[in-house]
Amino acid sequence: MALITCQNLTLGYDGKAILQNLNFSVNEGDYFCIVGENGSGKSTLLKTLLRLQAPISGSILMGEGLNPNDIGYLPQQTFVQRDFPASVREIVLSGCQGRCGLRPFYNKEEKELAKKAMEKMRIESLAERCYRELSGGQKQRVLLARALCAARKILLLDEPVSGLDPKVTAEMYDLIEELNQKDEMAIIMISHDIAAAVKYANRILHIGETVFFGTKQEYLQSEMGKNFAMLAGGTKNE
Amino acid sequence: MNEIFVKLNQYFAYPFVRYALVVGVLIALCSSLFGVTLVLKRFSFIGDGLSHVAFGAMAIASILNFSNDMLFILPATVLCAILLLRGGQNAKIKGDAAIAMISVGALAVGYLLMNIFSATPNLAGDVCSTLFGSTSILTLTREEVWLCVVLSVFVVVLFVLFYHKIFAVTFDESFAKATGTKAERYNLLIAVVIAVIIVLAMNLVGSLLISALVIFPALSAMRVFKSFRSVTICSAVVSVFCAFAGILISILAGTPVGSTIVVADIVVFALFAAAGAATGGIGR
Ligand SMILES: Nc1ncnc2c1ncn2[C@@H]1O[C@H](COP(=O)(O)OP(=O)(O)OP(=O)(O)O)[C@@H](O)[C@H]1O
Ligand SMILES: [Mg+2]
Repeated sequence: MALITCQNLTLGYDGKAILQNLNFSVNEGDYFCIVGENGSGKSTLLKTLLRLQAPISGSILMGEGLNPNDIGYLPQQTFVQRDFPASVREIVLSGCQGRCGLRPFYNKEEKELAKKAMEKMRIESLAERCYRELSGGQKQRVLLARALCAARKILLLDEPVSGLDPKVTAEMYDLIEELNQKDEMAIIMISHDIAAAVKYANRILHIGETVFFGTKQEYLQSEMGKNFAMLAGGTKNE
Repeated sequence: MNEIFVKLNQYFAYPFVRYALVVGVLIALCSSLFGVTLVLKRFSFIGDGLSHVAFGAMAIASILNFSNDMLFILPATVLCAILLLRGGQNAKIKGDAAIAMISVGALAVGYLLMNIFSATPNLAGDVCSTLFGSTSILTLTREEVWLCVVLSVFVVVLFVLFYHKIFAVTFDESFAKATGTKAERYNLLIAVVIAVIIVLAMNLVGSLLISALVIFPALSAMRVFKSFRSVTICSAVVSVFCAFAGILISILAGTPVGSTIVVADIVVFALFAAAGAATGGIGR
């Protein structure tokens, strides 16, 4: 069943289109990778899917039973003011806010969930630390833990492994795969790591001057996929 | 030392002194709770802006001879607050420009109206007392005190109930929206509550000093503490303490109430800044 279906979607800023006439769908259980060059509009597409931004034309249909509070999201950049006082625990817990609805306080399960997410991202020891005093990679892990708290059916990740060290990167990919396989969580991931995209994803959307959408096998056989994979293969030893 | 207590005791025999203390402490508490959010949302100046709106509304109300000014001032201020804060983090027109525009506009229009229509000869004195709140806190009626108590309880309860949502929306509005938190709704709620606090606070310290009451406790707390919860609690404590101390000192020394409270806030800020610099802040 389709969770998200995009029909003739055109998106951009202030009426100026960046991407035109996109047609694709994300199904339950998909591991969906979006690849493309810098500035091709990947992050913009994600924001449009999340309804943070209105599409210029076309439609985004959410499948039955997919509510905004089932969605986990990792933004590419989070603008946090330099002086914002917030501990890691507070931020991770705020990922559960969507589940709360009108309930004013977090319940036991949500606190447990936040704890688990912090363990998964190996940041328990940072729990009481101030967010703004963390390193870039530590911050990324905090925001990933927050996204894990929010996700129930689908997880949207904008370059999740940028800034992570190789060990945590590998763990991250394993974790996402586990979520996808065991918990049947649909994944939409933007990545510049083509090797990983090809390794884990079952569907690939390549955006740029020409747009490709299809399964991994189809992508590897396409002209564009071959070129891109070759480029990536040169630098990656996967 | 004993003399001071005797003197204070004497003063507390007067109901207006007790009223002033109750109202002062409550308003300090309410404004400090939302002060943290305002400073973080880069709306530090909203206190000033809204107070000028309230001043303009007050001018109109006094010209039209409304029997109860508050019934006009409150809705007008709330409306402006909503217009300013509704946009949130992603507003196209940034908050500070809008605030400056409304603030300067309302002040000018209010002053102009008062100048043209005012029946009182002592215009300068009038404006001065509206802006600096030289006496109004000492002329509170029983009803006003009750109104203030009820509204403060309401504000504190709202704040506690919505504390986590306010944090989520203030920290990262986009994430909150994307994951199913009704950010617009909470922004609206915050806007309304802030407007109510500021109209209340005008009675205490007057328009020009309101911003200090909103900003100083939050900034003081942020020098030393680093989590949202501890900053919020600390700023509430600081604000209540400064209001309490300021009012007592102003009674004993015969100084203007509003200014004395703000000076107390400034002193505490200096102490906290020094403490923060010395210790590098406290983790939790
Ligand atoms: N807020 C904005 N207003 C106007 N144009 C924007 C805005 N943000 C991005 N753009 C433009 O939209 C295009 C796509 O940007 P986007 O951030 O979606 O790229 P991306 O594919 O995510 O790139 P990257 O790989 O660098 O993250 C770029 O050309 C950029 O200049
Ligand atoms: Mg991007």
